Amino acid sequence: MVKKSAQRIYLSLIFLFLYLPILVLMVLSFNDSKTRVQWGGFTLKWYQNLFSSSSIMEAFWTTLAISLASALISTLLGMLAALGIDAMRKRNQAVMIGATNIPLLNADIVTGLSMMLLFVRFTRLGMGTVLIAHITFNIPYVILNVLPKLKQSSRTAYEAALDLGATPLYAFFKIVWPQIRPGVFSGFLMAMTMSLDDFSITYFTKGAGIHTLSTMIYTEMRKGIRPEMYALSTILFLLALALLLFMNFGPSARKAETRQ
Amino acid sequence: MCNLKRQLLAGPYLLWMAGFILLPVIMIFYYAFTTTSGHFTLLNISSIFASIHLKSLLLSLKLALICTGVCLLLSYPLAMILNGMKEKSQGFIVFIFILPMWMNFMLRILAWKLLLSNNGVINTLLEALGLPGLDILNTPSAVVFCMVYDFLPFMILPIYNAMSRIEDDILEAARDLGAGTVTIFFKIIVPLTMPGVVSGITMVFVPALTSFAISDLLGGGKVLLIGNVIEQAFMQEYNWNLGSGLSLVLMVFVIASMALMSAKGEEGGAGVW
Repeated sequence: MVKKSAQRIYLSLIFLFLYLPILVLMVLSFNDSKTRVQWGGFTLKWYQNLFSSSSIMEAFWTTLAISLASALISTLLGMLAALGIDAMRKRNQAVMIGATNIPLLNADIVTGLSMMLLFVRFTRLGMGTVLIAHITFNIPYVILNVLPKLKQSSRTAYEAALDLGATPLYAFFKIVWPQIRPGVFSGFLMAMTMSLDDFSITYFTKGAGIHTLSTMIYTEMRKGIRPEMYALSTILFLLALALLLFMNFGPSARKAETRQ
Repeated sequence: MCNLKRQLLAGPYLLWMAGFILLPVIMIFYYAFTTTSGHFTLLNISSIFASIHLKSLLLSLKLALICTGVCLLLSYPLAMILNGMKEKSQGFIVFIFILPMWMNFMLRILAWKLLLSNNGVINTLLEALGLPGLDILNTPSAVVFCMVYDFLPFMILPIYNAMSRIEDDILEAARDLGAGTVTIFFKIIVPLTMPGVVSGITMVFVPALTSFAISDLLGGGKVLLIGNVIEQAFMQEYNWNLGSGLSLVLMVFVIASMALMSAKGEEGGAGVW
């Protein structure tokens, strides 16, 4: 009994540690007061200001566009790479997987700075360079999600289809694709999340005047933050919550469970 | 024949990585070993021994170690408690402990700044209770607080995963053979969760060692980590050669700590315990 309640207390303390900061942001987003902590009554004006602020909305759309585009391109490149790696000999495979891990393990600051050195040498920093950087750090996530699915899938069915006269492309879509689809999908989602959350690499590879949400919040925090940011964080948190709930407990998740 | 053709599918990826991973690293090496006029030098590397750089490197190592230690101490009991819960509620509760990780990195730092600032939430609460205020914003403690908050899920997840893979049969067998709770913990649970602990440590230690944004925003310019020194060398002093040299040193530390941990991980897996 004592053990149970000690466990409860421990869980609640960690829970508090994790959620108190988020709760503070949420409460402040409804606070009608300029000084940060004083409660000055309930208001929705920060939310209204948020949607009419062109700089915030622009950063929001930039963030979304970059993460969507980088996730799509890296999913395509990563899926092709996984198919290629899967066809290699064991030793080459190990080398390729090792090389794929390097950008995952390297420090963000070094990845970002090294790409900046390259970009500055050959072109100008801007949206394009941020996109390239994001694709680069996203591809490994896709490969590492797709490769295990390919390992599980059977090669014989694909070869049988070819023997029966299917073109490689047709056989791919009819046989390989259904087997690796969950891996491709989770790789895409992971790439998108990583891209949405990234600060360091964006910070070093973006040109002047371009902001994603992360870099904008960073710059604002050094000057003094606008209350609109609290409203923004509340919305982003609720979006993440909804997305995760859907992924974990939504219809597709349940289907996967029953299949098992 | 067909196999070879399929291998070619990895071609675009290889080209991409050669261009945007390999080439940039070569650039860092080039800048690190040259002067502004392009002559060979070792000064950029050896400048890590300048007292201000050495101090920031040592501070980074210290804070990263503290952060990793605190994360481990918090996560291990948490993983055990989560693992001991009923199957049904487990999924949802694990989900709750991972959710904050999905909130934007910058917003999490912002939240801590609000909590810790002089007229912030924690101090207002303490004042209302008649307690003395906590003045830790702009100190290393604030930085460690926020690092722990940011990286805690990276420690919880691998340890929890390792723990949930331990079969009940093994624990039961040990109990039948007369092992007590303490023996079971040290002889079975700890060794079997070692791989999880090791990957947790790596996933917390490396970002903590190399971060610059947290110390920049919560340290108020007074907490200078090696990441901050590198960032300032590049973005404020435009001394790319010095910045590259220090980046290389940092890379060596990252690689060394990972090599150390992966060696430890294999040891644990081989059952040294």
